[in-house]
Amino acid sequence: MHFSGLRVIREALTGHKGWKPLWRNPEPQPAYDYIIVGGGGHGLATAYYLAKTFGRARIAVLEKSWLGSGNIGRNTTIIRSNYLLPGNEPFYEFSMKLWEGLEQEFNFNAMVSQRGILNLCHTDAQRDAFRRRGNAMLLAGADAELLDPQQVRAMAPFLNFDNARFPIKGGLLQRRAGTARHDGVAWGYARGADMRGVDLIQNCEVTGFRIDGGRISGVETTRGYIAAGKVGVAVAGSSGRVMAMAGMRLPIESHVLQAFVSEGLKPTIPGVITFGAGHFYVSQSDKGGLVFGGDIDGYNSYAQRGNLPVIEDVTEGGMALMPMIGRARLLRVWGGIMDMSMDGSPIIDRTPVEGLYLNAGWCYGGFKATPASGYAFAHLLATDRPHETAGAYRLDRFARGYVIDEKGVGAQPNLH
Amino acid sequence: MLIPHPLLGLRDAQEFTYLGDARLIDRPDGMAEGAEAAFAEYVYLRDNPAGVHRELWFHEQGDRSWLVVTRDTTTHEILGAELARDAKLKGGAA
Ligand SMILES: Cc1cc2nc3c(=O)[nH]c(=O)nc-3n(C[C@H](O)[C@H](O)[C@H](O)COP(=O)(O)OP(=O)(O)OC[C@H]3O[C@@H](n4cnc5c(N)ncnc54)[C@H](O)[C@@H]3O)c2cc1C
Repeated sequence: MHFSGLRVIREALTGHKGWKPLWRNPEPQPAYDYIIVGGGGHGLATAYYLAKTFGRARIAVLEKSWLGSGNIGRNTTIIRSNYLLPGNEPFYEFSMKLWEGLEQEFNFNAMVSQRGILNLCHTDAQRDAFRRRGNAMLLAGADAELLDPQQVRAMAPFLNFDNARFPIKGGLLQRRAGTARHDGVAWGYARGADMRGVDLIQNCEVTGFRIDGGRISGVETTRGYIAAGKVGVAVAGSSGRVMAMAGMRLPIESHVLQAFVSEGLKPTIPGVITFGAGHFYVSQSDKGGLVFGGDIDGYNSYAQRGNLPVIEDVTEGGMALMPMIGRARLLRVWGGIMDMSMDGSPIIDRTPVEGLYLNAGWCYGGFKATPASGYAFAHLLATDRPHETAGAYRLDRFARGYVIDEKGVGAQPNLH
Repeated sequence: MLIPHPLLGLRDAQEFTYLGDARLIDRPDGMAEGAEAAFAEYVYLRDNPAGVHRELWFHEQGDRSWLVVTRDTTTHEILGAELARDAKLKGGAA
C-alpha cells in the first residue's frame, strides 16, 4: 500500500474502504538471524535499517506489549541537534539529516515539523556557553544562530523578559530543529520493516536469554523459546532489568519523567522554547495543546507515573517564563520510565556475551535519536563495528574514564 | 511520598535529597588489590531493580541525617526507614 495525495483523494471519494492494516501480525518462527528486543522507536528503526541492508535475513522484533507503547508514545516529540561534545554532536546531526528525508524515505507522514528550537539564556556566562555550543554545532555541519534580546522579543513577545531573577539575555536558535509525530515515527518504521519482511511480534515478552559458552543462542519469551544468531536489546527504560537476565549490571538507573498537555489553544508558540535557568520546555502541538515538561522526579522508579511535587515545579517554571500559561487548563499528565545513564549519554555497543548487543541509556533525549540510533545499531549488528558517528558510545567508557558528560554536572543520574 | 523518619516521624519526601542505591555505604578499600576495578563498579554500576530497593535519602531540610529507605520502585510505596549510621554499624547496606 503506497501513500500519496492521489490515494487520499480516492479514498475520500470511496468512503475510506481501501485502507489496509500497516503491518502483518505473524506468529513467531522457531529461529531468526536477528532478534531485536523492544518494539519502540529504536527497535523498529533498527529492524528497518537492518532489513534494508539485508533483504534476505530473517529478522524479528519482539515487543512485550503493543508496538509503540513505551517511551516513543510518551515523549514530548522534540527533535534537535544542538549538542556540544564531539562524541555527541556528529551523531545527533546525522539523526537530524535522517529526519529531514525520513517521510519520503519510508513513505509515511511522521509530521516532521522544523519549527525551530530556541534555548533562552539568562546570564552573560550562559550566553558565552551558548556561543561555544553554537560554534561546535556549526563545526559539525549543523545550523545555529545566537539571538539578542530584541530578536527573541520579535519571535516570542509573550515571554517574561524582565523577570528580576532570570531576565532573558538572548537565546540559541536552531531553525532546523522542531517536532515530529512520535506515534507516526513508530508506525512508519514498523510499516517499512514489515514491508521488507521483518516479523513484528507483539505481546511477546522476553523473559530470559539462552547463553551457551559465552555466546547467545536464543531468547526465552512468553510465547516460547526462539533461537537467534544475534540479539539486539533496545528496551529503553527497561534496560536494567532485561540485561540483568543476561547477568549484566549497567551504569544505569531507571527514573520517571513526566509530560504535560494543556487544552487546545490558538497558534501561540512559534517553535520549541526552553527556559535555560530552570528546566522547562514547551511547544505547541498541531491540535493546539501546549506540550511541556521539566525535570525527572529524582528517584528510581518503574511506576510509569510521577508525583505532585514535580508537577508543581514544572508549572512554576512555566509561569516564570510565560505568565500567560497560567490561564490554560491542564488536560493530561503522564510519566515514562527512562534509563538514566551515569554520564547522561547513550550506550550502543557489543556486550561481553558474544552475539548480544545493547542499545540503552537514552535518558530523556532519545526520541530525536531514533533514526540515527536505529541506523547505528543496525550497522553494529550487521558488521560488528560501531557506526562512524557512534564510536564514543562504548559500554566500557566509564571504567576507562571517557564519560560523555554533555551537561557537565557529574556522575549522578538525577542531575541530568 | 512520606518517609517514616526513625527519629522525627513521617516527613515529606520533599525535605530530602536522593542519592541512590544504599550499597554506596559500602565503599571499597582504595588500598586493596584491584581497587581500580572495584571503584569503577562502585561509582557507575547499579542493580536497578524493579521492586524493593534500598536507597539513601539525606534529610537536608531537616535534621541532616542520612537514612536508608526501603521502597518499592514499581509502586512508590515506602516500606521502612532507618538511620544510615545504624545500617552501617549492622554491617553494611546489603
Ligand atoms: C515524558 C517524556 C518526554 C520525552 N521527551 C523527549 C523529547 O522531547 N525529545 C527526545 O528526543 N526524547 C524525549 N524523551 C525520550 C525518548 O522518548 C526515549 O529516549 C526514546 O523514546 C527511547 O527509545 P524507544 O523509542 O525505543 O523506547 P520505547 O518506546 O520505550 O521502546 C522500548 C520497548 O521495549 C519494550 N520492552 C521492554 N522490556 C521488554 C521485554 N522484556 N521484552 C520485549 N519487549 C520489552 C517496551 O514495551 C517498549 O515498547 C522523552 C521521554 C519521556 C518519558
